[in-house]
Amino acid sequence: MHGVQGFMYPNELELQWSILIVLYPYLTGLVAGAFILASLERVFNVAAVKPTYRLALLTALAFLIVAPLPLQMHLGHPERSWEMYVTPHTTSAMAMFGFVYLWYLMVVLVLEIWLDYRQEIVLKWRSSTGITRQFYGLLALWSNNISPEALALDHKIGGILTIIGIPSAFMLHGYVGFIFGSIKANPWWSTPLMPVVFLFSAIVSGISAVMLIYMATTKLRKQTIDMLCVDTIAKYLFYAFVVDFTLETLDLIHRLYVADESLLALDFMVKTKLFVSQIVLQIIVGTLVPLALLFSVQVGRWGAEARKVIYTVSGLLIMVGIFAMRWNVVIGGQLFSKSFLGYTTYKLDFATREGMLPAILFLILPFLILWALVKILPPWTDGPSHAGEIRHGTTPTTTGV
Amino acid sequence: MSAEVTTNRREFLKDSGKWIVLTGAATLAWDFVVEGAPEQAPNYVATDHWWGMIIDIEKCIGCGNCVRACKAENGVPMTDDAFRTWVERYTIFPDEPEKPIVESPNGGYDGFADLKMHGDAAKVFFVPKICNHCAHSPCVQVCPVGATFESPDGVVLVDKTRCLGCRYCVQACPYGCRYIDPRTETVDKCTLCYHRITKGQTTACCETCPTGARQLVDLKNPKDPIHEFMRTHKVHVLKPQMATGSKTYYNGLDMAVR
Repeated sequence: MHGVQGFMYPNELELQWSILIVLYPYLTGLVAGAFILASLERVFNVAAVKPTYRLALLTALAFLIVAPLPLQMHLGHPERSWEMYVTPHTTSAMAMFGFVYLWYLMVVLVLEIWLDYRQEIVLKWRSSTGITRQFYGLLALWSNNISPEALALDHKIGGILTIIGIPSAFMLHGYVGFIFGSIKANPWWSTPLMPVVFLFSAIVSGISAVMLIYMATTKLRKQTIDMLCVDTIAKYLFYAFVVDFTLETLDLIHRLYVADESLLALDFMVKTKLFVSQIVLQIIVGTLVPLALLFSVQVGRWGAEARKVIYTVSGLLIMVGIFAMRWNVVIGGQLFSKSFLGYTTYKLDFATREGMLPAILFLILPFLILWALVKILPPWTDGPSHAGEIRHGTTPTTTGV
Repeated sequence: MSAEVTTNRREFLKDSGKWIVLTGAATLAWDFVVEGAPEQAPNYVATDHWWGMIIDIEKCIGCGNCVRACKAENGVPMTDDAFRTWVERYTIFPDEPEKPIVESPNGGYDGFADLKMHGDAAKVFFVPKICNHCAHSPCVQVCPVGATFESPDGVVLVDKTRCLGCRYCVQACPYGCRYIDPRTETVDKCTLCYHRITKGQTTACCETCPTGARQLVDLKNPKDPIHEFMRTHKVHVLKPQMATGSKTYYNGLDMAVR
């Protein structure tokens, strides 16, 4: 009835963490990765990726807004979750979630986006009427000051925030890895490498997501894709992916070589229940193929159209591969008994509280939010807006949205 | 006359007060006398105790009395995936000492079917399982709101009015002792029959065990037979490498048991 092979402790027959918990590291990973990409331009002065700077920030915000929703949906008592803020249990890694999340959302992302867009918000407020005027007035917090001095200050604070944002992004996702890595009862999770692996896979998935969104939106807007931009992104994606793959391989080799008592159970699981999601989707389709594709661009000479196809295909495969990685960690970690004597099966329902349907909706929702954010705060650097120039204070006063 | 009436009223109130207090105390004490533990009456001081359990593998016959008593006493869901205590049967063949066959059909609630097919070829024994009431509980450590806590007398308990139902503690328990109660959507586990032991009774599982394979022990009580038992037996805890400070001690535990 429960799809059990061998022996499970009776209380282990049902899985506790469902696909909704798979979404949590997936979504926060996209946030952290998108932010790291944005910081490449801002902190490390990689000018080539400038066309994606604002898009990356808005993407991070859209995904961050959705990230806690599957967690809330999963809780037995979501109405009590606020207690994590008022009576946090200080020894619990999970209790810190609310604080890490709020810090990242409000201090890093929202403030940075607001400072970056403030001039355009004010100009829009001045130039519009009716409810639009009210709305942008609210967004500007009714602060009208866009003098060169004020904008220079915005820029300075924004730069500091980005610098704070990088360790914060590391913390946001490294922390998610720690939630799993610190469970000593579960050998599949319990490794100090987990936060680092999570972090690099986050960077890989976030960069891929922004690269795909940039190419798709540029195409939809019938603009020209900035090839220098996507080539540079793909280069960083390749480097991050090499580090990520190396870390995951190190973890695998370490497990095989140390061969502790859990190895037989885990080995069996990877060869049977997780074969498709781990070997096929995560390692072959989601890692080796896109790595080879990205590598071929680094060493070969491909035309622009071919590179676009390669980037699109690798980006999509990476998104699938990283999702499979999250799945293998969260679901895989619950398929074997802590007695190491048996295995159970995860039954994914469709239209239930923790089924596939809500999971699909939670994956679509960030794109709807991103669409709304883009409407309110256009991130495009081509066309009539010269946001990049404005932000750097070269034409500080007049250009509007 | 009026003065006498006044005095009488004062004395009457005093006497009434005494009677009320004494009757209450006597009633409380009588409960414990009836329960066979008059020394516990009238008050329970948590810090005077440090509870644990001894399970003697040699004595367990796999009858399932403990599982049934626990479910009945504590209102545990009658499903096959929710147990505060359960019994496992290990069958180990001499040539494969580390590859046991383990069963726990319905947690051992209905007992176990005969195993005559193996004859004398295998070693067969029962292992009752229960929350280890660890002194350094991983489940307590990870609870984000402190809904799971260790009581001053060494019992790991859950405050169901605070539990979020996040299930992190279920993941953190190395022994599989926690489940989600579908009626309350909160976590549930063995309380070591806290409602009984604080009144001087033993747990439901220990009380119904026909062979005395399970014994509630108070490690802080110098008169408890646990001290003699620990001195004269080679006891073991489950998964000692987890370093959880388990207080469920097993006598005669085989190395194959997980």
